[in-house]
Amino acid sequence: MKTLNRRDFGVAVAAAILLPATAARADDMDVHIDNFVFQPAELKIKVGTTVTWTNRDDIPHTVVSAGKFRSKTLDTDDKFSFTFTNAGDYKYFCSLHPHMTGMIKVE
Amino acid sequence: MSGHDHGDDGLSRRKVLECMTWAGTGVLWTITGGVPRSLGIIDSAQAATAAAPGMTFLQISDSHVGFDKPANPNALGTLEEAVGKINAMPVKPSFMIHTGDITHLSKAAEFDNAERIISQSKLDVHYVPGEHDFLDEEVKFYRERYGRGTKGAGWYSFDAGGVHFIGLVNVVDLKAGGLGNLGAEQLAWLEDDLRGKSKSTPIVLFAHIPLWTVYPEWGWGTEDGGRALEQVKGFGSVTVLNGHIHQVMQKVEGNVTFHTARSTAFPQPAPGAAPSPGPMKVEDARLRSMLGVASVNFKQNEQRLAIIDTPLQG
Repeated sequence: MKTLNRRDFGVAVAAAILLPATAARADDMDVHIDNFVFQPAELKIKVGTTVTWTNRDDIPHTVVSAGKFRSKTLDTDDKFSFTFTNAGDYKYFCSLHPHMTGMIKVE
Repeated sequence: MSGHDHGDDGLSRRKVLECMTWAGTGVLWTITGGVPRSLGIIDSAQAATAAAPGMTFLQISDSHVGFDKPANPNALGTLEEAVGKINAMPVKPSFMIHTGDITHLSKAAEFDNAERIISQSKLDVHYVPGEHDFLDEEVKFYRERYGRGTKGAGWYSFDAGGVHFIGLVNVVDLKAGGLGNLGAEQLAWLEDDLRGKSKSTPIVLFAHIPLWTVYPEWGWGTEDGGRALEQVKGFGSVTVLNGHIHQVMQKVEGNVTFHTARSTAFPQPAPGAAPSPGPMKVEDARLRSMLGVASVNFKQNEQRLAIIDTPLQG
């Protein structure tokens, strides 16, 4: 076990105090794919948020936003993450089952 | 692969499509003068007897090799059973069409396994891709194996027994919120392909996703399928064979007969009968009654059309 000297401790405290400023990271969001539906279908997030999609169907899906992001094929329980660094509305869909659509609103 | 001519029996302008329907319950129906007429419930033996000589070909679909989820942990095994069924048919079919989703995840090993089993039928196989066949990173495994001699994403036509077969691809460039898609390039090719064909030539269109709108809520249809159907409207006999929905469904509109085949891997629910079109888990004892293949027979000088759907069991 590494011991903490007084100086390191001070740095650790400072980091802890600064944490609220970067708390958006703690708000990273999940979208689940269940029964050929993105849930939630629409998500509002802040710039810098990472969204992780998880496919919980027995059929592969993809997550594609034209020109913005494109997952590999997600088999059952596979995940795809994307960090939104710019504000805007990101429409996306499953390129295999295009009736499956979703929206990420980044502000 | 494509471009083979299987026409070995004498051709006739008046040759018409003849097939029989032999769904799970065994309904035989015919078309006389363009009007569908059910001949009622029959058993398989009668259907086999009714299958008089003529050209017979097989449709197999949605083998999803690699699928191992609860709905069917051994999709390769049931494909092998289907090929066993084909090999046991009293009349050897002239060839086979596969209407896509050969594999589940487009892995090389899945394509290899599918080929190993399907080749045991010793039949020529004409493939069209399903969306599950284009999932590899470079989208090359399907094309390397089955794309030779095809156009665009893999469409082509060939003639067999006096019938003009057209294999279409409606699983690429799908648009958000939309259905299956043929695209302008393919539709232009189709128009060109049909130009100059006698209207009495029986036409078979086959593609993975239904070319007609079965259930748009689940994406079961093709956005511009109507434009392809418009082009074959004037032909006296048109048969549209699809897969994708893993169940038998039929519709007749004028001279056009629409038919979807069972999967050899797993069943899917009837439209709207479940929260999603995902694989349907049924009792083990029922599974094989919901998987199967279809056989189509053409006979000369008889205005009858029917398709036989044979379940793996029951």
